[in-house]
Amino acid sequence: MLQIKDLHASVEDKKILKGINLEVNAGEVHAIMGPNGSGKSTLAAVIAGKEEFEIKKGNITLEGEDLEELAPEERAHQGIFMSFQYPVEIPGVSVTNFIKTAINESRKARGLEDMPANQMLKLIREKAELLEIDRKFLSRSLNEGFSGGEKKRNEIFQMAMMEPKLAILDETDSGLDIDALRIVANGVNKLRGKDNAIIVITHYQRLLEYIVPDYVHVLHDGKIVKSGNKELALELEDKGYDWIKQEAVL
Amino acid sequence: MAYTEEELKKELETKEYEYGFYTDIESDTLPKGLNEDIVIAISKKKEEPEWMTEWRLEAFRVWKEMDEPEWANVKYKKPDFQDISYYSAPNKKPKYNSLDEVDPELLETFEKLGISLEEQKKLAGVAVDIVMDSVSVATTFKKTLAEKGIIFCSISEAIQEHPELVKKYIGTVVPRKDNFYAALNSAVFSDGSFCYIPKGVRCPMELSTYFRINQAGTGQFERTLVIADEGSYVSYLEGCTAPSRDENQLHAAVVELIALDNAEIKYSTVQNWFPGDKEGNGGVFNFVTKRGLCEKNSKISWTQVETGSAITWKYPSCVLKGDNSIGEFYSIAVTNNFQQADTGTKMIHLGKNTRSTIISKGISAGQSQNSYRGLVQVNSRAENARNFSQCDSLLMGNKCGAHTFPYIETKNKSAQIEHEATTSKIGEDQIFYCNQRGIDTEKAIALIVNGFSKEVLNKLPMEFAVEAQKLLEISLEGSVG
Repeated sequence: MLQIKDLHASVEDKKILKGINLEVNAGEVHAIMGPNGSGKSTLAAVIAGKEEFEIKKGNITLEGEDLEELAPEERAHQGIFMSFQYPVEIPGVSVTNFIKTAINESRKARGLEDMPANQMLKLIREKAELLEIDRKFLSRSLNEGFSGGEKKRNEIFQMAMMEPKLAILDETDSGLDIDALRIVANGVNKLRGKDNAIIVITHYQRLLEYIVPDYVHVLHDGKIVKSGNKELALELEDKGYDWIKQEAVL
Repeated sequence: MAYTEEELKKELETKEYEYGFYTDIESDTLPKGLNEDIVIAISKKKEEPEWMTEWRLEAFRVWKEMDEPEWANVKYKKPDFQDISYYSAPNKKPKYNSLDEVDPELLETFEKLGISLEEQKKLAGVAVDIVMDSVSVATTFKKTLAEKGIIFCSISEAIQEHPELVKKYIGTVVPRKDNFYAALNSAVFSDGSFCYIPKGVRCPMELSTYFRINQAGTGQFERTLVIADEGSYVSYLEGCTAPSRDENQLHAAVVELIALDNAEIKYSTVQNWFPGDKEGNGGVFNFVTKRGLCEKNSKISWTQVETGSAITWKYPSCVLKGDNSIGEFYSIAVTNNFQQADTGTKMIHLGKNTRSTIISKGISAGQSQNSYRGLVQVNSRAENARNFSQCDSLLMGNKCGAHTFPYIETKNKSAQIEHEATTSKIGEDQIFYCNQRGIDTEKAIALIVNGFSKEVLNKLPMEFAVEAQKLLEISLEGSVG
């Protein structure tokens, strides 16, 4: 589904990604781990198409289509979803209104009519229940005054609503207490299926106890230095990142 | 004083006779320039009673002695008041024979606003050959109003049919000498609306000038007078969201509202005059005086969405004369390209326990300048007056400006006045977040702007609010690139 080949990316001439190779197939969950500043969030932002990052070399394709020329919203229309580490506030725009707009804009891009209101309502109700979201929450301004946990839960709620092909969860576990973590992970797991894929970006192994990955990659200094299965995550938890760094130097 | 007026009148009569002015004028447009003869001519053309002519002349004399105000935060080339024709009969001849002849850009905008084909024709000045929906709507409308004793007609008609009401109230809220433009308007106003709601009557529908204006153009000096008698209620809508292309560059309207004891007036405006092109050429100068007078326990709410005009100079105000009266001002002012707006309100607290609320949302894009100017004044008699003001500015890009000039004057220690102000900028992060959810930048801006303006949009009558929202989107189109 997603293929990244020898990807080099910079921001303001600072090289951050230095040759990433990654292949993610439908039905798979990949975890990307690594110390702070290794380029994890940059990788997510580059896939999503954030403009300030410039691809210097290599390419990213989704189902064979090169993403580089596509605007962020076009990538979203292709089925890429990113759960933000720091979701932004949009005062005066309710959670419901925002997700309604997002869904209908994506439908429009695919040549579909707006989703009928009753169908939308049903979907909202269903997904809100899945993530144990209170009805009142849905009428609040997007992310305004939300706690860290509420923000992340809202991100996963949106993901559940949009049913993306490829979901990238950027540090979704940060700022979550154990109960919220379980709810969020449960929501993500419900979305797992043979037709979609998930990339989980995280610093800690904790989230991976709940969202069990098929593959784990360790990112260091803009490169994937080690790949393995879920055992690798445990090993990292045990030993920390230092041994990876040393290995990378060797 | 009465003697002088009497004297003047006589003098004028002689003058009129002397020059034989009227017999000379056959055309429907008066020559350019402004003098007493022109004022008399306008009044005569409209077949007004003598007292009205006198009233206009007095205004003209006041105006002659006044200077154009310069304190507003706007820059423009001052109009030459002697180079304007102050009267021209409403043009009833259609400009085009079919929609195919109309500027496609204008039609596209109509399309976006969801205006029906028939209405599009009407707005663009296309001949309409079948009986239109809105005409029949207007007729039913008038019947319902008449049953309740509500008067809703043009001000010219009111001067003829209800002179006692007009005479009693005109100029009582906005005196002729109030300001330069109000004086000018009082002297030469072309037409406008008049509305009277009898005691205890709740007007069953939103009164919309839109219906009325379509019957006959009102020209550039519009005069509106709304009187809500004791215990009555009316919601009044002015303007329309469709773009108004007008050849007149200068517009100076006066609106007077009178809310008698226990009455309530809700006055909503959507203003979308031609703002000039992207380079800042052309566009309407809009200098408006709007003021309401509140008697005991009454309430006046001004709600405005201002997206048009090259220059906007406008301060809908409330004089809270009666005890326990309430004044409200909710405003969204959008400026784009080279537009300049200096707008706000005055809340004058005279009575006891008077309350006022000001919510102002300014949105600036392009190279425009957007100023909020407001005055909250509490007089010595106004025990326990309360005011809450909130002025928020939203900036798009680096070349526009937002300014806030709040003035507060209190002469009573029991007053409680709160003022909050914020300035924010649409952030790239907000846009990217929306983009990532499949919402393109144009739509993202619309979403953010609508969210920002929500508190005010919510105050508009339902149908108007939907149109106003679309209008905000259209006004800001192409403002981020």
